[in-house]
Amino acid sequence: MTSIAVIDYGMGNLRSVSKALEHVAPQARVRVTQDATDILHADRVVLPGQGAIRDCMHELERLNLVEVVTQAAASKPFLGICLGPQALLETSEENGGIRCLGILPGQVKWFGDQLRDPVSGVRIKIPHMGWNQVQQTIDHPLWRGIPQNSRFYFVHSYYLQPARENLIAGQADYAFRFTAAIADHNIFAVQFHPEKSAREGLRLLTNFVSWTP
Amino acid sequence: MGLAKRIIPCLDVDQGRVVKGINFVSFRDAGDPVEAARRYDEQGADELTFLDITASSDDRDTMVHVVEQVASQVFIPLTVGGGIRTEADIRRMLNAGADKVSINTAAIARPEFVREATARFGNQCIVVAIDAKSVQQPGEAARWEIFTHGGRRSTGIDAIAWAQCMVEYGAGEILLTSMDRDGTKLGFDLELTRAISEAVSVPVIASGGVGNLEHLVAGILQGNADAVLAASIFHFGEFTIEQAKRFMQSHGIEMRL
Repeated sequence: MTSIAVIDYGMGNLRSVSKALEHVAPQARVRVTQDATDILHADRVVLPGQGAIRDCMHELERLNLVEVVTQAAASKPFLGICLGPQALLETSEENGGIRCLGILPGQVKWFGDQLRDPVSGVRIKIPHMGWNQVQQTIDHPLWRGIPQNSRFYFVHSYYLQPARENLIAGQADYAFRFTAAIADHNIFAVQFHPEKSAREGLRLLTNFVSWTP
Repeated sequence: MGLAKRIIPCLDVDQGRVVKGINFVSFRDAGDPVEAARRYDEQGADELTFLDITASSDDRDTMVHVVEQVASQVFIPLTVGGGIRTEADIRRMLNAGADKVSINTAAIARPEFVREATARFGNQCIVVAIDAKSVQQPGEAARWEIFTHGGRRSTGIDAIAWAQCMVEYGAGEILLTSMDRDGTKLGFDLELTRAISEAVSVPVIASGGVGNLEHLVAGILQGNADAVLAASIFHFGEFTIEQAKRFMQSHGIEMRL
């Protein structure tokens, strides 16, 4: 029986993540927690998150979770969701520039709010919200059984820009091509919300629960 | 390859039951919101919106239970509107499993509430619902005002200015309902939808007036909406979500199928 810690640092809707994990892995022990011991003893760790990166980093620091997350990301199957992967990179443009965890090299950039479709001239809305296709750029156990270019649910105004090409696991197009998923050893992190992405999202979570990096 | 336009069925819920009922083939309980949610999910709904129309605030807990049950079985985004007045209301719905809440009257009563709510919960989960009605005078350009109480009470607030204000305060999305069209089956107010969509940087959901599938297409292609919300054409089994999506796709609109 695998145990999964969903890190609770007060950012956004963690119930959705834990409910989806419980749904795909009824035998697993899913714990929404901010307790360092719980997190470090879990077999798998999920770093979700919604909201602003400044609050995210502030809460991780206030709860003394920076070192815990760093350790977990170095040692266990680790899944980042939405704000999670943004926190893993070095810096974010949000809130006037924020230093993030720096576990993976790269930056988080703003889409901007003056984007227009070059052909129709219609505004391209930010947040990027809704179901977009993800092109899997590498073979990865977490993509197993998920057709190429499947749609996942996104909602974000900032995007991942990893410093190394070989960190990219998936891409999507919105105004331009951006990184939708990153992978590095035991870390897999997605900009979209697998817990809200119906069948394909649940499949990704199922793959995570049985993943042995 | 790109972002799909969304179809969002909306369910009115009173004391835990779907109002007016839902009439699908072999649908066992027309008033069961959980079964309705599951069926819409199976048909390919991109999101679900629940509007709590329960009059008494004593019965609000019922909605929390509905959201809890739906969220443990249906894994697409859920929005809850109706009676969201405080940060505690928002937290309760999010904890129950909602992903977004829509705020209407409380934003008009105190716009700062939207700023506070987005600062606390993130702009991705705050939808501002706008009920707008044309107040065009002869010889003047069309303009729209915000109405409350089901379109009966004017606030004097200009709809476009209000939408822009709400986005500035942090709203992540606008749910725009034309009170002139709501319930008429005559189609969206396309002029209104286009005006608001052009005026704001965030996604706009068009609502009010859908009577057929052409209306959904027009909402996207002429209204420039990012998503379309409808109730009765889906509730009474006239069309499934999948039929609507195929029809929209055949008109060149990118859909999730």
